[in-house]
Amino acid sequence: MSGVLGQLNRRGAAWLALLAIALLALPLFANSYVLSVAIVILYFAYTGQAWNVMMGFCGQLSLGHALYVGLGGYAAAALFVHFGIGPWAGVWAAMAACVVFGAVIGMLAFRFGIGGVYFALLTIAFAEFTRIGFDHWEWLGASGGFFLPVAQRQYNDLANLRGSPEMFYYLMLALVAAAFALCSWLLRTRIGYYWLAIREDPEAAQALGVNTFRYKMLAVVISSAMTSLAGVFFAFYYNNLFPEQVFNIGRSIEIILGPIIGGLGTLFGPILGAAVLAVLADGITEALRYAGIEVPGVKQVFYGLCLLGVVVFLPHGIWPTLARWLGVTADTRRE
Amino acid sequence: MNVGFDLVANVVVAGMLTGLVYGLMALGLSVIFGVVRVVNFAHGEMMTIAMFAATALFSAWGVDPFLAVFPIAIAFFIVGYALQATLINPFITRPEHTQFMLLVAVAIILVNVLLMLFGPNARNVQVDYQLESIEIGPVLIDVARLYAAGTALACAAALFAFFRFSLTGKAIRACADNHLGARVVGLNVKRLYAFTFGLGAACVAVAGCMMVLLVDVTPVLGPYYTLLAFVIVIVGGLGSMTGALLGGVLIGMSEAVAGLFVTPSAKSMVSFALLIVVLLFRPQGLLGRSTR
Repeated sequence: MSGVLGQLNRRGAAWLALLAIALLALPLFANSYVLSVAIVILYFAYTGQAWNVMMGFCGQLSLGHALYVGLGGYAAAALFVHFGIGPWAGVWAAMAACVVFGAVIGMLAFRFGIGGVYFALLTIAFAEFTRIGFDHWEWLGASGGFFLPVAQRQYNDLANLRGSPEMFYYLMLALVAAAFALCSWLLRTRIGYYWLAIREDPEAAQALGVNTFRYKMLAVVISSAMTSLAGVFFAFYYNNLFPEQVFNIGRSIEIILGPIIGGLGTLFGPILGAAVLAVLADGITEALRYAGIEVPGVKQVFYGLCLLGVVVFLPHGIWPTLARWLGVTADTRRE
Repeated sequence: MNVGFDLVANVVVAGMLTGLVYGLMALGLSVIFGVVRVVNFAHGEMMTIAMFAATALFSAWGVDPFLAVFPIAIAFFIVGYALQATLINPFITRPEHTQFMLLVAVAIILVNVLLMLFGPNARNVQVDYQLESIEIGPVLIDVARLYAAGTALACAAALFAFFRFSLTGKAIRACADNHLGARVVGLNVKRLYAFTFGLGAACVAVAGCMMVLLVDVTPVLGPYYTLLAFVIVIVGGLGSMTGALLGGVLIGMSEAVAGLFVTPSAKSMVSFALLIVVLLFRPQGLLGRSTR
């Protein structure tokens, strides 16, 4: 964490400490609704951070990150339901599955020199292909969905990830903190600098002797492994998996909205973006209910308009502007 | 599985004809990408809007989709022109992911405006020639499908002719070949971009009006068509016009055959597998030029 604190000035560090205390204390006074929203925010903060490694740091646009969420979730859930293997062991299988998929996609794409839009479409294609495959895989419930036995919520069984929303909240918070720490550390290592070089100018990076293939692969592998954990969390928190939902391209887009809205390539961007989007979505729902408008789709139209506004007027996301405004001089990498 | 030759022939021909309509839709995407260099992530949503417009005109005044093509295509051209001129042109020089986000936002808005206006239920048009068919040897062809494919082909031919022979078409091709060069010789690139986006939108409008004769339309169909158009265009070659048509026919046929031999719900798996194979071994697409 010292790396990040080094980037923040004293005021920024104070804000961060305040935020950490608030997040740790949240379950003490939040009702179940606020807690569920908080879990969703943390979930998207985490997946956004994972995606950001690939796109924000290394410049490889993946539009199929739902693939890793789904694979991770299904792998851990299948081990749990069919073989009674707990999630802490299953998580390694989930990670392995995602790393293999990520590595295959990366290897194929980067070996054959597929980049930019084509790479993005390749990731969509793999995600869609897998979605339809899972739709027909009877052992995993096919399109009818795959269900985990629902837990009694009296006690928390951390070993089997059966328990109360509070437990899932702290688990997700820990994941977000860990991902944040990992990313801030990565950015200060040689790997991080190579990634930024590749993002800014792949040819120049190669000319300087950076093995672009190896470091792009590393980004994909790290990103997919991180995302697989979110999948395991998803499976055990919601207790159900539908291929149509988890692998859907809509999910992939949800994952990437946060970091782009928040600030691509920044450490705080994914977290801020996830919070802004969740508050926006719920705020719109509440406002519409208050106004008595009950037409399906209105909420999403507002949502789309807000998105449009951010993309048009804040092309670098909210965080760089906000950081300047707060005077915390946080990561200046994107500016 | 024992499937007779006649059945396979029927399915292949039907798939080919549907594929031509797919091809026209993908042609719109290909033209826009080939010139403007922006991937239209709202393409399928535009397609569903055209389909809904056709059903609305039909249910309100009984307008046949073949007549509805004209007003809808003109409206789409104008809207496409305006969209490019106001919203997308400022994004031309921005990074790909911001362009992507812009069009995703547009797509979200379009799908949900449709949902608000038309509700989630499926809609269709019913004209009497949808039930007719003609027999050629063992193959039975739906008349509606044949007309739809013919219109798609005619529209594509008109577009080819426009790009080959008209002065504006040549100017647009010049923009696509060399942006800077086009500006140097004094072409108004932004206006030509807007014109191109309008043309692409008009292609989608025609394809949508034809598609409504073949399938029922729901608002959620948008993302599906967006993906389908991507697959077709990549398989055929991004920016290649004949490639888009060829890709459409190929995907239409493979979907139909997969629906017959595997299950209908797995039909797009074949398309995506085809896409992955093409991306790996011929990333520029079947008819794409490699020097791009």
